[in-house]
Amino acid sequence: MIGRLRSAGAPYFAILPGGLWLAIFFVLPLFVMVSLSVQTGNLITGFQQTFHFANYSHVLSTYNKQLVRSLEYGAIATVLCVVLAYPMAYWIAFFGGRNKSTYLFLVLLPFFVTFVLRTVAWQFLLGDQGLVLGWLKSAGIVGQNFHVLATGAAVIAGLVYNYLPFMLLPIYVSLERIDPNLLEAAGDLYATRRQTFLRIVFPLTIPGIFAGVLLTFVPVVSDYVNASILGGTGQTMIGNIIQTLYLTNSDYPNASALSIVLMAILMIGIFVYARALGTRDLLDAAAG
Amino acid sequence: MATDPTISNLRLGRRDLFRYAGMGAGIATLAACGVSGEGKTQPTGTALKKQTTSFWDGKKKTGEVNWAQWPLYIDVGKSKGDHPSIDQFTAKTGIKVHYNEVIQDDDTFFAKVQPSLSAGQYSGYDVAVITNGIDFTRFLELDLFVPLEHSLMPNFEKYAGATYKTAAYDPGNVYSVPWQSGITGIAYNTKKVQKPLTSFFDLWDPALKGKVGMFADNEDLPNPMLVAMFGDPAKTGPTQWKAAAKKLNQQRTSGIVRKYYQQDYINALSTGDVWACQAWSGDIFQALESGATDLAFAIPSEGGVLWTDNMVLLKNIKNPVSSMMLIDWFYQPKIAAEVAEYVNYITPVPAAKPIVARDAAAASGSNKKTLQQIATSPLVFPTAADYSKLYRYRTLTNSELTTWNEIFEPVYQS
Repeated sequence: MIGRLRSAGAPYFAILPGGLWLAIFFVLPLFVMVSLSVQTGNLITGFQQTFHFANYSHVLSTYNKQLVRSLEYGAIATVLCVVLAYPMAYWIAFFGGRNKSTYLFLVLLPFFVTFVLRTVAWQFLLGDQGLVLGWLKSAGIVGQNFHVLATGAAVIAGLVYNYLPFMLLPIYVSLERIDPNLLEAAGDLYATRRQTFLRIVFPLTIPGIFAGVLLTFVPVVSDYVNASILGGTGQTMIGNIIQTLYLTNSDYPNASALSIVLMAILMIGIFVYARALGTRDLLDAAAG
Repeated sequence: MATDPTISNLRLGRRDLFRYAGMGAGIATLAACGVSGEGKTQPTGTALKKQTTSFWDGKKKTGEVNWAQWPLYIDVGKSKGDHPSIDQFTAKTGIKVHYNEVIQDDDTFFAKVQPSLSAGQYSGYDVAVITNGIDFTRFLELDLFVPLEHSLMPNFEKYAGATYKTAAYDPGNVYSVPWQSGITGIAYNTKKVQKPLTSFFDLWDPALKGKVGMFADNEDLPNPMLVAMFGDPAKTGPTQWKAAAKKLNQQRTSGIVRKYYQQDYINALSTGDVWACQAWSGDIFQALESGATDLAFAIPSEGGVLWTDNMVLLKNIKNPVSSMMLIDWFYQPKIAAEVAEYVNYITPVPAAKPIVARDAAAASGSNKKTLQQIATSPLVFPTAADYSKLYRYRTLTNSELTTWNEIFEPVYQS
């Protein structure tokens, strides 16, 4: 009897540690954040619950520019990540041979260096007289006033660089799982390589791309390090604003309202995206 | 503000990481106890005197002090973590000092200790070093500092420079005494800018288009602008603030500003990514001392901003008397000179200058040159004329702060 109970309860015990962790460190703060987002007051007098929903319209009207910019940068960076990661993953999965794990290790290697340091290194590389531009300038290929740092392009490039592995790994996994016999069968049935790719390989990797897009787009939109290190004027992202509202201004209500707006936009985006690709793919991706 | 200048490029990141850590801690605390009813205003006049007396009455020396400090902001001995000035204090008094380099910026440190201080708990630190400005005022408004017992500070009374006894952010040094100070002025790359920059408005020169760096900071960007346009920021209000923001916005929209820097401007300035920028005196002095040849610093002719990092005692303190002894220890000219020789910011003890000069005379080689530079540099020992051109940050009450931030933050967060 006890044994049966235990075996029935086992799955629940298995999720207990993770579930508790999420309950304490995600659900509870989330609840506090929702409550804070409709409060008014300041740090000195304290914050009171007044159900002041105007906080939402305030942050939306004040920071819509940065919000739209973040989504735009996020979308561009994610698409670039797919374009760059897919061929790389494809090559490693099908032509990597015995050295596959070495190549994957190389892809992950930058992760052994702190995020911030990697981004700062770009400052040196891309400086106006730095390694890349200094050479191009002295060769007369680009003008003396040309610069990459302090532009939107630099921020997007930094985002792509920092999040590329998050895109590559899921795509690689989905490619790796393709049964080689399928490709052989396609060949036997006179499919061209193009047809094989478009009708067999690519559809089978959609769950991988889906997972990659999720893993990349969400953190990229809320990233604030790239904008502050590589950006200039007019590249402030929504993460920078939330940080300032929370830490510099101690404006917890508006910081919370803005965070919730961002979260809602991302969730709706993901939901629409999941519906468009079908829930089966979503489950596959989750299992992937 | 006066963070570790030698690795200026890493600072932003480290600072930001700490900010996120602080954010997490903050949220956790919010969840635990909510945010209502912090309001506890600071006492004044006789109430303050009474509170001070009753607090210090019967307090005794204890065996240790916990000190929260910024990184690389004190002398270092032969091995890392060995600080001769502190070691001498311990040898003399028997008080052990736990020296913690935990302050990355004022905002984060405030966010970190405020919840426990407001909850009546010991923050883990007796002494902390806080820059005059928004967070300092917040600490004061929430009554989170312990009033100092001046009878325990004979060296301060005797040796502190006059400027440091009359600061408007804490008149009469009721709660704070200076640790070190610095100047927010302008710096330029002499290879790129031929004519020396003298005016703050030189940073609006169309010839510098795309080559100017400004601070991304709600104190060091607005205050120097206010000084340049209106003189003492203390005498300005929202009308002047708006005018200053308009001028700053115009600088950005006409493409002159390349970037608003948090703390990482030195590298951009020395590589020529920016040719001229707002700068902190200590950073430039240290860059010059470590071999940079084409950097120059100027206090704008309209005036500059003097900021001060202050030693304070945090509420719910455990070792008050020993903390006072430690604070006063650093006002001995000899000890102040030892610190000045290492950190190169402005010491509040003018009498340290002849001691540095004497040490320079006794030293040899490159060390001699460095010490001579320190003893003679107006960036470490400003002259009376320099001081007369320096103003303090506008002290902002919490209600003014909202207006101030709404006016100035959009300038650098565009």
